Amino acid sequence: MRSRIREIVVKELRQALREPRMRALLFFPPVLQLVIFGFAVNLDVNNARIAWFDGDRTPASRELRERFEGSGYFTVLAMPRRDREVRDLLDHGDVQAVVQILPGFARDVDRGRASVQVLVDGTNSNTASLIASYANQIVTSFSQRATQARLDRKLGTSVPTNILPVNTASRVWFNPELRSRTYFVPGVIVNIVMLVTVMLTAMAIVREKEIGTMEQLMVTPIRPVELIIGKTVPFAGIGVVNMIMITLAALLVFQIPFRGSALLLLASTLLFLLTTLGLGLFISTVSHTQQQAMMSTFFLFLPALMLSGFAFPIQNMPAPVQWLTYLIPARYFMEIVRGIFLKGTGFAVLWPAMLALAVLGTVILSLSVMRFHKRLD
Amino acid sequence: MPENAVEVRGLVKRFGDFHAVDDVSFEVSRGEIFGFLGPNGAGKSTTIRILCGLLSPTAGEARVGGYDVATEAEQVKENIGYMSQKFSLYDDLAVEENIDFFSGVYGVRREIRETRKEYVLKMAGLENRRGDMTRLLAGGWKQRLALGCAILHEPPILFLDEPTSGVDPIARRTFWDLIYQLAEAGNTVFVSTHYMDEAEYCHRIALMYRGRIVALGAPAELKRSLNLPSMEDVFISRIEEEERRTA
Ligand SMILES: Nc1ncnc2c1ncn2[C@@H]1O[C@H](COP(=O)(O)OP(=O)(O)O)[C@@H](O)[C@H]1O
Ligand SMILES: [Mg+2]
Repeated sequence: MRSRIREIVVKELRQALREPRMRALLFFPPVLQLVIFGFAVNLDVNNARIAWFDGDRTPASRELRERFEGSGYFTVLAMPRRDREVRDLLDHGDVQAVVQILPGFARDVDRGRASVQVLVDGTNSNTASLIASYANQIVTSFSQRATQARLDRKLGTSVPTNILPVNTASRVWFNPELRSRTYFVPGVIVNIVMLVTVMLTAMAIVREKEIGTMEQLMVTPIRPVELIIGKTVPFAGIGVVNMIMITLAALLVFQIPFRGSALLLLASTLLFLLTTLGLGLFISTVSHTQQQAMMSTFFLFLPALMLSGFAFPIQNMPAPVQWLTYLIPARYFMEIVRGIFLKGTGFAVLWPAMLALAVLGTVILSLSVMRFHKRLD
Repeated sequence: MPENAVEVRGLVKRFGDFHAVDDVSFEVSRGEIFGFLGPNGAGKSTTIRILCGLLSPTAGEARVGGYDVATEAEQVKENIGYMSQKFSLYDDLAVEENIDFFSGVYGVRREIRETRKEYVLKMAGLENRRGDMTRLLAGGWKQRLALGCAILHEPPILFLDEPTSGVDPIARRTFWDLIYQLAEAGNTVFVSTHYMDEAEYCHRIALMYRGRIVALGAPAELKRSLNLPSMEDVFISRIEEEERRTA
């Protein structure tokens, strides 16, 4: 039995590595996704383009502008004087936000209740909320300084800042610079392992149906379980290789932190592979052509990706959709991968997610094996 | 092994409402070359697939090598070699890699794998092309290699489904020489074709039309009983009679 499985594994690897199209399928998606999510997709806010509408024109308002410019987050592109200009700038997308200083700003600063208006272009809600929160931070720290200066003047001495009544500064853990690549690159492991292994498994089996070799295999004494193991093990291997490739790229090229256990990552990858190979096998039992298999793979891959938490945080989804995500293996693996990379989370915390993968994997795999017969009808 | 290599009684295969095989009965004795003739869609491939344990019969009984194809499909598979109608080797493997792969999955004993491989390479005339990609071979060589791969495990009963379709006349002739060699070595060969001239090469034939057997017997005997000069005439007369009967 073992030799028959080895025979299939060897053949499968030979075919996969020999065919240029297959070889491309093995290495192109990981590299492409790493480039996109590591370099191109940048949700960070650096040098946001803003307009500055100064209705006060005092030393205090000028100082605030210098703070904005000096922060590194903002570049002041325009200094409109009329409301109309402000609207035009936002409408045309020339600037991403407009800071409006109302007349009487300097006086209000002296009284300790200064405020500014920040109009943000909300077309991209993610960027908008980041801009709003950065602007808010700068204004808050500016008014704190002003308050302190006022107190100093009144008392004639220097008062330590910590007596100030409110301090709303927040700190971000695990990803302090809020770099999107730190968030995305580990998630690429989930996407790629899912896409490549589901697709390759489904295609490898359906191709044999299409060219007629499956019929030939079915008259050999090979047992269905041997055929299934022989047909999935090579792609599990390729999935693990992909995982290692992306991890190395994350560490060496993108300098993403890796705080957890590599062994735990490997173990979780293997559990995740149970679900993806099972799914690939399932797709192969319901598809007659490679094209159908390809379509079914994408049909299932896209929603799984959306619901995995890769790009959209699950806790922001409506409750029924959140329940749905519990059925998506990628969701658990995403949690595990990010936990291991960014937080150094260990088995004590991750075991429920790993258990979920094991259960889902066993269910999907057994259903597919039950559907897989050595007969044509 | 029983006297008859294949025994079929009242075999029916329905796909939905359509009777692809409609109450078929016949026997094939050991060492015989049994031809299965008929136009496309007659039900030849469906019958062969049932006999190989690939499709389950809707009704009736079929035994191959003494085993029931419906309930003992795995034992049946140990006794047969099958060459499907479609070319069914891996185009993207070398000649030798195909042979090694099928040796492995058929569970050919390690000690004899090399001997079997050389035998197949010689039989197919591919000794000097063992490293070539299978896709580069011309039709006749491909078919002989496929036959070779189907008999690596030395099965006593062979099912060949239109093995010579799309192959040039000389390659067809060579292929039939191989069939004769196999039969002389004591194997039973069950071969389907839609070439009338090939009917003459068979010991006995069954003429299949619309899922039914409309003539069964040795070619010479069939020609004599109907007093017709060629198998083609036999075929036409039988089909015309069948058309009249069902009209
Ligand atoms: N899996 C199937 N489902 C439905 N119809 C089928 C199936 N396989 C074969 N048929 C039909 O059964 C008939 C006999 O086909 P087949 O046995 O392949 O004929 P032959 O080999 O003699 O050309 C054809 O009309 C074919 O369309
Ligand atoms: Mg046919």
